[in-house]
Amino acid sequence: MELTKSISLFGRTRALEGEIDEFLDNLSESSLVFKAAIKTYMDEGYTAEFEQRLQDVNKMESEADHLRRAIETKLYAHTLIPESRGDVLGLIETLDHLLNLFEGSLWAFSIEKPDIPKDYHADFMSLTEISVQAVESLVQASRAFFRNIEAVSDHNHKVMFYEKEADKVSTKLKHAIFDSDLELSRKTHLRNFVEHIDNVADWAEDVADRLAIYAIKRTV
Amino acid sequence: MDLSVIIFLTSGLFLGWALGANDAANVFGTAVGTRMIRFSTAAFICSVFVILGAVFSGAGTTETLSKLGAVDTMAGAFMAAFSAALAVYLMTKAGLPVSTTQAIIGGIIGWNLFSGTQTDTGALTKILSTWIICPILAAAFAIGLFKLTTMALRRAKLHLIRTDAYTRAGLVLAGAFGAYSLGANNIANVVGVFVPAAPFTDFNVAGVFTFSSNQQLFLLGAVAIAVGVMTYSKRVMMTVGAGLMPLSPIAAWVVVMAHSLVLFLFASQGLESLLASYGLPTIPLVPVSSSQAIVGAVLGIALLKGGRGIRWRVLGGIGAGWVVTPVIAGVVCFMGLFFMQNVFDQKVYAGGPGKAPVAAVESASAVLAPAGDKDLRLQLR
Repeated sequence: MELTKSISLFGRTRALEGEIDEFLDNLSESSLVFKAAIKTYMDEGYTAEFEQRLQDVNKMESEADHLRRAIETKLYAHTLIPESRGDVLGLIETLDHLLNLFEGSLWAFSIEKPDIPKDYHADFMSLTEISVQAVESLVQASRAFFRNIEAVSDHNHKVMFYEKEADKVSTKLKHAIFDSDLELSRKTHLRNFVEHIDNVADWAEDVADRLAIYAIKRTV
Repeated sequence: MDLSVIIFLTSGLFLGWALGANDAANVFGTAVGTRMIRFSTAAFICSVFVILGAVFSGAGTTETLSKLGAVDTMAGAFMAAFSAALAVYLMTKAGLPVSTTQAIIGGIIGWNLFSGTQTDTGALTKILSTWIICPILAAAFAIGLFKLTTMALRRAKLHLIRTDAYTRAGLVLAGAFGAYSLGANNIANVVGVFVPAAPFTDFNVAGVFTFSSNQQLFLLGAVAIAVGVMTYSKRVMMTVGAGLMPLSPIAAWVVVMAHSLVLFLFASQGLESLLASYGLPTIPLVPVSSSQAIVGAVLGIALLKGGRGIRWRVLGGIGAGWVVTPVIAGVVCFMGLFFMQNVFDQKVYAGGPGKAPVAAVESASAVLAPAGDKDLRLQLR
């Protein structure tokens, strides 16, 4: 009985490892699709291609939700990693929020169809790229949390760096927008989109801060 | 077997029960307390391996214990074991950590003092010195094992979930080894004092295996330990996690392994003869305290981490318990023997006044049979 239990324990372990990896793959992929969608919007405006990218992110967000629930259920139903499961759950849930931010931001582009002057396109793209790099580094830090705890800080400090860079670009962009001759309503509209994208980097930093604590807890 | 023999054995069984209730927590406490292993699984594995360890490897430490003081009557053995069990019970009630090893040594010395038997200072020094060596050795093992384990884990880069699965399997194996070592090393505490006066006879099982009288005694003691594990250890296991220092599951594994290795070293006759065959110095076969080994191992890990997080008050309480336990047991044993001899008219040591249990019953029935008078029986008493 104990032997079969042990075998099923190892089988369950493999399945759960696979689900966590898949969840992180999903997050990483959706960040790349997000970047591609913003690029499409800047280059061509609201097109069928942009709509397709939005649908892709939408689908990945649903899949990630499904995976998150499966991971949570397995961790609690089988009392796995009792010492760190609260931390793992916190990590997965806060990472999942990033997918919501991608999706919410693209939906805002799709519904509100902001008219972004060409002068700001480069900064919008730069802000998007930096925010996505922050998420990519966070995904690497999260993978390290599961497999190579010492490497977490190597990736975490990059997340902090990208968040600061994103702040610089977003501040510069907001100054440029509010110093322009545009209507105030348009200025606030554009500011909202700057914040939509900047929020991704801010949230990635918040998750990295939590992750740093989780990592310390595991090495003590 | 005479009924009085069974009555006298009950104190040993009480001590066994107390040992099972307390010391099973040393082996499986952290694993159960941190919910890595279910209590029912831990209790089952612990019971089986304690019995195996006691029956097959319990002889070595028993021999040393009987050298300290060969308690030569059942009534004397009853009192030595009873005083130890009472000391363990009182200390547990007071919430102080306690060692059955120290309690029984106190009991035996109490008997020695009462019966005027010379305490074998050689054996006593051997036992006392291992009490000092045991936690130090456990700390050394814990430090070495912890370093090796963390290094191996860093190299292997296992997934957190897989590490968890391996840790669970490791805790079950270490727990089984710990329970075996506990049975082998500590059975002497439970029934060791009854060995010189043991009433059992050897018998052969299907012509392949001789079940010696000592092994029968060990089996009985081990079953009492198992009952203690099943009935009372859960509460102790659940609180042990919050004891000396909070431990991660991997550190818990290291602690249990270090503890088990120490108990095994001090109980293994096989290892003793192996060392002797190579002309190397042997390790004395002495019952050591499972709690001391655990405390030593936890301290080893704490020191490795720079001494942070140690609850010094708890440690001070443990240290005080080590002195108080044998003293309580010794005093209770001495006073109990006095009452047994003078109030209940029992022979508590060979050559002492009073009646031996079997002889006492026979003489009483010989007197009573023809008379058949209950009042006369009372007068005789």
